[in-house]
Amino acid sequence: MNQDKSRREFLATGILTTMAVACNSKKLPFDREEDLMASGEKVKLLSIDGNVIEVDKAFLKPVPHMPSVSNEEARKGIPGKKFVMVIDLSRCKNVKACQTSCNHAHHVQDAQNWIKVYPMQDSEKEAPYWQPTTCMHCDEPPCVKVCPVDATFKRQDGIVLIDSDRCIGCRFCMAACPYSTRVFNWGDPNLPVDIADQAYNPETSLPQKKGTVGKCDFCPDMTRMGMLPHCVSACPNGVYFFGDMIEDSVTNGAETFRFSDLVRDKAGYRLMEDLGTKPSVYYLPPVNRNFKFEEGLEKEEPAQKKS
Amino acid sequence: MENLKNLSAEKITNDLLPQKFGRRGMIWTASLIVICCIGAFAYIKQLREGLIVTNMGDYVSWGIYISNFVFFVAVSLVGSLITAIFRLSGVPWRTPLTRIAEIIAVSNITFAALIIIVDMGRPERLYFLFTHGRIQSPILWDVIVITTYFFLSLLLLYITLIPDIRMMISLKDKLGKPFSKLYHWLASFWQGTAAQEKIRDRAITILCITVIPVAFCIHTVTSWLFATTYRPGWDSSNFGAYFVSGAFLVGAGAVVVAMYVFRRVYKLENYITETHFDKMGKLTVMLALLYLYFNVNEFLVPAFKMKKEEKDYLSGLFTGDFAPMFWFAILIGMIIPILVLLFKKGRKPKPMFIVGVMVVVGAWFKRYLIVTPTLLHPFLPKYDAPARFNHYFPSWEEWAITIGSMAGVLLIITFFARVFPVISIYKTLEDKNALTKQHETTEQYESVPVS
Repeated sequence: MNQDKSRREFLATGILTTMAVACNSKKLPFDREEDLMASGEKVKLLSIDGNVIEVDKAFLKPVPHMPSVSNEEARKGIPGKKFVMVIDLSRCKNVKACQTSCNHAHHVQDAQNWIKVYPMQDSEKEAPYWQPTTCMHCDEPPCVKVCPVDATFKRQDGIVLIDSDRCIGCRFCMAACPYSTRVFNWGDPNLPVDIADQAYNPETSLPQKKGTVGKCDFCPDMTRMGMLPHCVSACPNGVYFFGDMIEDSVTNGAETFRFSDLVRDKAGYRLMEDLGTKPSVYYLPPVNRNFKFEEGLEKEEPAQKKS
Repeated sequence: MENLKNLSAEKITNDLLPQKFGRRGMIWTASLIVICCIGAFAYIKQLREGLIVTNMGDYVSWGIYISNFVFFVAVSLVGSLITAIFRLSGVPWRTPLTRIAEIIAVSNITFAALIIIVDMGRPERLYFLFTHGRIQSPILWDVIVITTYFFLSLLLLYITLIPDIRMMISLKDKLGKPFSKLYHWLASFWQGTAAQEKIRDRAITILCITVIPVAFCIHTVTSWLFATTYRPGWDSSNFGAYFVSGAFLVGAGAVVVAMYVFRRVYKLENYITETHFDKMGKLTVMLALLYLYFNVNEFLVPAFKMKKEEKDYLSGLFTGDFAPMFWFAILIGMIIPILVLLFKKGRKPKPMFIVGVMVVVGAWFKRYLIVTPTLLHPFLPKYDAPARFNHYFPSWEEWAITIGSMAGVLLIITFFARVFPVISIYKTLEDKNALTKQHETTEQYESVPVS
């Protein structure tokens, strides 16, 4: 029930806009119920084809609470899926909405970020660009290889998750990860009481626990509800595409592409391919950019966290 | 060794029996206990508040606990060098050194195991290693080999002690009561019959043979905790040999220091002679040269190429922030010891003691340099993290726990020396008898001179 409440808060902040994506399935927030009366107060929503639509506030309803899956199910993953992400560097302006929504949704702690938007410049003469990074959900995950207790594991749908009830806090995975994507709860995490009291769920990575590791989880709880990860739906510039490699399609909510075409036509690549980690996150090179690199700089100062 | 035959068996026994702490011994032990207690207090604080009391962060996610762990594992390797390798190769002057080396091994491996628990975020889940352990993780390999090495070293220490303890049981009048129950419990079964002797001898030989590969394993696997990652400075196929050679060097240094201290405190000049220092000095030079060789391999080859990922890390060591510590560790831990010990005068007890301390101190800093600089040079830039994560200096809690653990090692050795003879009385008497016999034989036949 606690989750219900937090979700309600979510909707209130407007994240709901993207839920239209899942409109065609049955149990959804916009279902009309007999006893509902229109309140007359309208809420603006963004539809899947990019049009702004208005819905009466009375018809808005939180997503029905889905019981979180058992630890065993969470470790298996969703059958028949192979999740993949494509990050289009030509669209990134360092807005960091991805980071904000991720931090909010996962209650990521103050000193931590699961998503980082790096200012990159590969060499002096090359152009700088913004590079968002999530967990790469590698197919040969170095972190999983070194974990002594199976606390971090690779699922059949390609997602790498952490079981904070299992983690012994040795931090070998942090040393092993070449993408510096893992963070550690050095002290007691600062969480709302209702979250902190929940049983740990590897699919939401909540609640974080003292002395254990955390990282981007590709939001499998959202995926189970047929929705996109928070970062994907939060990005105003459509940088992130998420999808299923078996269906061969990826979407940022507004546009959907055939994954193989997209990566082939735009010369997609993965980070540190030479290490053999086989990431599930593909990058499209920063060519024909929508924004100048400098436009992203204004976001820099406040975003740099002070200790 | 020659002078052994001039000593009476009674004098040897009296000289080598454990002695009560004097005033200095009391002060020494009390201060070690105080340091340990401060460490324990800091650890209790860490247990309550979490690893937040350390200055580690998401970049430097391993700090001095891990470098101290590597240091302890390194020192403990010496037990196998002096006891096993010397025994199997029949080094005649090993007798007064083996037990010292073995207790150094046992105490260090004990604290290596403890300090790694201190580093855990959730120490109460330690048993998960056994209930949920996954054998593909190098941590599991380390758990297996360190546990094995601990028990082998303990057995080796114990089995070589049995005849001495038996002797101490028979000398109860002289030694008084304090530990007689312990002695009884440990060795009252020992009769010294030929059959028992044979079993004991065989057991020691088997232990000596098994402990050598296990010793190589403990430090090779420890090096793999680093070398199995991709990070610059760790991603090296040289790491196993580099660690093992360094471990033999620091262990030899530790034995030299212990030899000097025991010789002074217990007045063992007749047993730990200048010849022993001379020989240990030569051995230390060889080990230092070997370690230097692996250091050259470890740093010169990547420095020749200066790959993008390695460049910042290496220049940080050679000329950057870590340069003073890096060159200090190389000079103090290798170059100066080699230069001093090459000369006969450098292999006298006092200079040897100083060199031993230098080797040990240099080795500690070397372990620090193996862990921290690499973690400060990740593949992606350090970015969007709290500023305190961008550098690392241990907090007082980390220092207190680390120094406390070192005091713990010394405390084990101190208590051991209070309860048991630090040099095997039994073996010394055996050596004396052999020498006397050899001497008589030589006089009789005027054959080849004794070596």
